[in-house]
Amino acid sequence: MWISRAAAQPDSFEELAMPLFSQLYNFAHWLTQNREEAEDLVQETYAKSLQGFSSFRRGTNFRAWMYRILRNTFLSSRTGLRAAVTVPLESEEDGLELAVRNENPETILMTRCNSELVQTAIADLPIHYREALLLCDVEEMSYQEIAESLSVPIGTVMSRLSRARRTLREQLQHKCQGERVVTGTGKGVNHGL
Amino acid sequence: MVCEPYKSKLDTYLDRELPEPEMRSFDSHVRSCLSCSAEALGREQLQRSIQIAGRRFTPSAEFRKRIQESLASKPQRNFVLSSFRPGWLLSAAVVICAVFGVFNSHYLGSRSGSDHVFSEIADLHVATLASSSPVDVVSTDRHTVKPWFQGRIPFAFNLPELQNTGFSLQGGRMSYLDQSPGAHLIYDVGKHHISVFVFQDRAVPVSIGKNSSDPQQQSFNVETWRQGGLRYFVIGDASVDDIHRLAELFKQ
Repeated sequence: MWISRAAAQPDSFEELAMPLFSQLYNFAHWLTQNREEAEDLVQETYAKSLQGFSSFRRGTNFRAWMYRILRNTFLSSRTGLRAAVTVPLESEEDGLELAVRNENPETILMTRCNSELVQTAIADLPIHYREALLLCDVEEMSYQEIAESLSVPIGTVMSRLSRARRTLREQLQHKCQGERVVTGTGKGVNHGL
Repeated sequence: MVCEPYKSKLDTYLDRELPEPEMRSFDSHVRSCLSCSAEALGREQLQRSIQIAGRRFTPSAEFRKRIQESLASKPQRNFVLSSFRPGWLLSAAVVICAVFGVFNSHYLGSRSGSDHVFSEIADLHVATLASSSPVDVVSTDRHTVKPWFQGRIPFAFNLPELQNTGFSLQGGRMSYLDQSPGAHLIYDVGKHHISVFVFQDRAVPVSIGKNSSDPQQQSFNVETWRQGGLRYFVIGDASVDDIHRLAELFKQ
């Protein structure tokens, strides 16, 4: 009996893990904020996950499993431990209601800020907010998948996302206003009008 | 205010994470409410900006090649046999499987499953210690920590008396193993942190021996046992002796 290879599920570690390579690297770079450290982190993640591949249960979420290994590896690194002690002042239990803010033309304009400003604002976020935001908005993971990747309850994911977005909006609003003043001054625009 | 309940869940709505009936109700409200639709638009635009800006870093071709080469140089364990070789090779494999498979399958299956559980426990331990808030109930008093779990987990357990043992309780938090809630307690001995996890035994996804240990679990020492329908795990970078002493205190 022959089974065509094309019909078979991806079965080797390489077949499952390599399609995640670019996104894992992107995430690692956002965590470490440094190219060499990101490469080391990804390399260590692949080595550890290959070593532990026999313990991965088929049918469970491989992507979340890989992200969890990457994140735990990062958190136990020197850079990760340093980043993790940046404690958000607010409790993680409450926070969803704090996301209620009035959007107005100002905030809509703010979202059109250039990509570089958004990147700087993301990089400035505390690590727990940054990782939740990236997994949700960039990797398009579900809350459940993020919870599995970060080893936290779904409520914590929602709370961190809410705070991340609120902080980002505030930062961007501030930065965009600054940029418009600088740009406007350069072009001789009269903001008083 | 009629919009308030909607606005508080706007992000969850835009992430398409609300239950279906609530999504429908939200859709119709956003269509008819100017304030909420403007706010939804603003937030959606921000999400798009984040998505674009977030895809910022690309690995070099050289780095990709290096990883691929390193994977290719190491043996990989496959999930399934993806192709069959005909003839005697297949027959030989069947015979070998028949002879040895019966004896090994139970042992290997449970070993692989228990490896996974130990790995999960090690992940939980590391992630918690690296967390900015490792414990949700901060107390060295077991009579404060134990009641905190009431109503949060579907079982009760006892915390040992630690006087003159060298161990000190730091606090506790909720934990989850295979989507089942449990208790996570953190103890200190010397400069070492030790985690004690307590789950319902039936919530543990695989069968683990009544008492077992895995001394080489990601450099941590681990001890586990079953008692009164509960599954206990003690894990940390403390010595095997300290891990065992704390386990024995719980068993008393």
